[in-house]
Amino acid sequence: MRALLAAAAFAVCTSGFAADTLTVGSKRFTESYILGEIITLTAQRAGETQAVHRPGLGNTGIVYAALTNGAIDVYPEYTGTIEREILKSTRPLDLDGLNRALRPLGLAAGVPLGFNNTYALTMREDRAQALGVRSISDLAAHPDIVFGLSQEFIGRADGWPGLKQAYALPHATPRGLDHGLAYEAIAASQVDVIDAYTTDAKIGRYKLRVLDDDRKFFPVYDAVLLYRADLPQRLPRTWAALSSLSGALDARRMVALNAEAELDGRSFTDVAKGFLGGRQEPARGGGFLARLFAPDFGRLAFEHVMLVSVSLFVAIVIGIPLGILAYRVPAARQWVLSVIGVIQTVPSLALFAFLIPLFGKIGTIPALAALFLYALLPIVRNTYSGLADIAPGLRESAIALGLPRGYRLRVIELPLASRAILAGVKTSAVINVGTATIAAFIGAGGFGERIAQGLALNDNAALLAGAVPAAALALIVHGGFELLDRWLMPAGLRDKAVSTSI
Amino acid sequence: MVRLENVAKTLSPRFALAPLSLDFAVGTTSVLIGPSGCGKSTVLRLIAGLVEPDSGRVMIGEQTLQPQNAQALRLRIGYVIQEGGLFPHLSAGANVALAARHLGRAQSEIKKRLDELCELAALPSALLARYPRELSGGQRQRVALMRALMLDPELLLLDEPLGALDPVTRHALQQDLKAIFTRLRKTVIMVTHDMGEATHFAGGLILMRDGKILQRGTIDDLSKRPADSYVTEFISAQRPPLGSAA
Repeated sequence: MRALLAAAAFAVCTSGFAADTLTVGSKRFTESYILGEIITLTAQRAGETQAVHRPGLGNTGIVYAALTNGAIDVYPEYTGTIEREILKSTRPLDLDGLNRALRPLGLAAGVPLGFNNTYALTMREDRAQALGVRSISDLAAHPDIVFGLSQEFIGRADGWPGLKQAYALPHATPRGLDHGLAYEAIAASQVDVIDAYTTDAKIGRYKLRVLDDDRKFFPVYDAVLLYRADLPQRLPRTWAALSSLSGALDARRMVALNAEAELDGRSFTDVAKGFLGGRQEPARGGGFLARLFAPDFGRLAFEHVMLVSVSLFVAIVIGIPLGILAYRVPAARQWVLSVIGVIQTVPSLALFAFLIPLFGKIGTIPALAALFLYALLPIVRNTYSGLADIAPGLRESAIALGLPRGYRLRVIELPLASRAILAGVKTSAVINVGTATIAAFIGAGGFGERIAQGLALNDNAALLAGAVPAAALALIVHGGFELLDRWLMPAGLRDKAVSTSI
Repeated sequence: MVRLENVAKTLSPRFALAPLSLDFAVGTTSVLIGPSGCGKSTVLRLIAGLVEPDSGRVMIGEQTLQPQNAQALRLRIGYVIQEGGLFPHLSAGANVALAARHLGRAQSEIKKRLDELCELAALPSALLARYPRELSGGQRQRVALMRALMLDPELLLLDEPLGALDPVTRHALQQDLKAIFTRLRKTVIMVTHDMGEATHFAGGLILMRDGKILQRGTIDDLSKRPADSYVTEFISAQRPPLGSAA
């Protein structure tokens, strides 16, 4: 009990950000993680305020919601994404155009970092040099060049069909190739040109040249900072430091940084420090055990257990009375059970995206709220059915003894339903251990942080280093409840009753 | 002691209790008998206030049974069902003492009463520490009877109290119960479908069928002056066939 209260207090403390703190967000892929770290470190070095990074915040919807309600102050975004996904604009907008549309929202975009992360065609550096190809237009002069394009690129209107038309390319439509295999194919000189994103980590590794899109066919995805419009006034020195990042990062440099994280296994913080000219730690070891018990293990385990236990505790305190209400008041039954059933069907990311604006916060509080909501159904259902399944003869015997309602509930009915209620709590706890891994997507920490990073980096060892302890925790919780069941169960209800006399 | 005045109750589209009036005098033992589904248990549940009549009224002593006074009146009624209705999570002793504990009776008084009841029900007091599942069927029914008698009620309602027992245990308990009833001089209303058991306990039988009372009287009245042919049919069906060992 005391541990639970301490955990609750911790949750409240860690989620309340001081007003003068700069909170930086990032999305759930390598480049965004690195840029988030660069922004955070730059802000810290300005020395004006504390800067906190909330990394890997789900998708655009979640990170944008976090920005508009002030849970974060700034995050790295791309002009094309602002134009299409956030502003839903049907015509191309330049930075001024974007800012005119963002102003009513209290937001602004600025500090173009110096690279454009969009579709690109790439060739091996040596082959491009030999053929004298620098831009996509140059390809028209080489009809014998072999393309190896991804299915998606061939299919999209803004991919191959549009490109072929815009540049009047004479080449026939190539067969589709798996994107992962395309790099191997071009390395082995089986194809000459593949499609890629301009800042793919592998562009550097395979020594590929990004061909210049000289007719500006591909949409522009310039990396910029998307921030709350009051940031420059609120933290002027920090803003000045962040502005210095303008043009500091060209595509080649970004490719190199992505490669450091994805291919060399360096931490995001480390990559960012290297870029900003700080001391770098040695690259992390690839061994699974070393990764599993990395220094953050204790913190992640604590966060995970805290998320599960606090949400479970609140779900018990509220869920059992709701179950009793459903049992006692037939008019409320359908209501309670169906509303809680519907909550259970809401996908977790959608629930998070809904809860963030509700609380005006990201991190622990909305994560706890979501986990609490998911934990309700098994507890309420089992409390209700445990009470409703009491044999009518027993219920009537209690009434016939002249015992009042409250006394019957406390002394007879709840103890008889205790096994079902405990089973509901156990189900909720085990489910919550799993669901809590998703809380990392909104910056609440836990083992899900490793899973999110592993997914972003396509790094199976990192993914397992998060998934294995989460699974182990689920087993421990399950086993713990089995013991609790034996310990709490009224002796007369046990499978093998222990005789207390004779 | 108990009076039903034109009590009617519809429980389902297929079963309804016709408006019926019944009187149970103080200190008498009456048996409600009839085939399954005839409404005899419903009469008992109406008296215990577990179901409310659609019309008519139930009088306990001088009071009309109503939701407002049901709880208080139940303290004057002991009620035992077929499986005993003992709470499995409480020891036998805790089951018996439940209502007295709730009323805040002194521990010494409860202890004294438990000893009395053990003697009355012929239950070794060591068994009170056991859970219901650790007792035999006959022991469980003795405990259930003790629980019903704990507050020394004026009225005892027994719904097939021996129905789930084997013949030997049943016979032993029949003897003991009859002795207890005679000794305590309580008003007892018992439900059974067994004619032999009915005649063993009561001078007054009430034969029911399809929610109606067919006949009220002694076994002599019912066999010699049957109200209709079903009464004869019911009685003869429960007699051992001629020539079999009695």
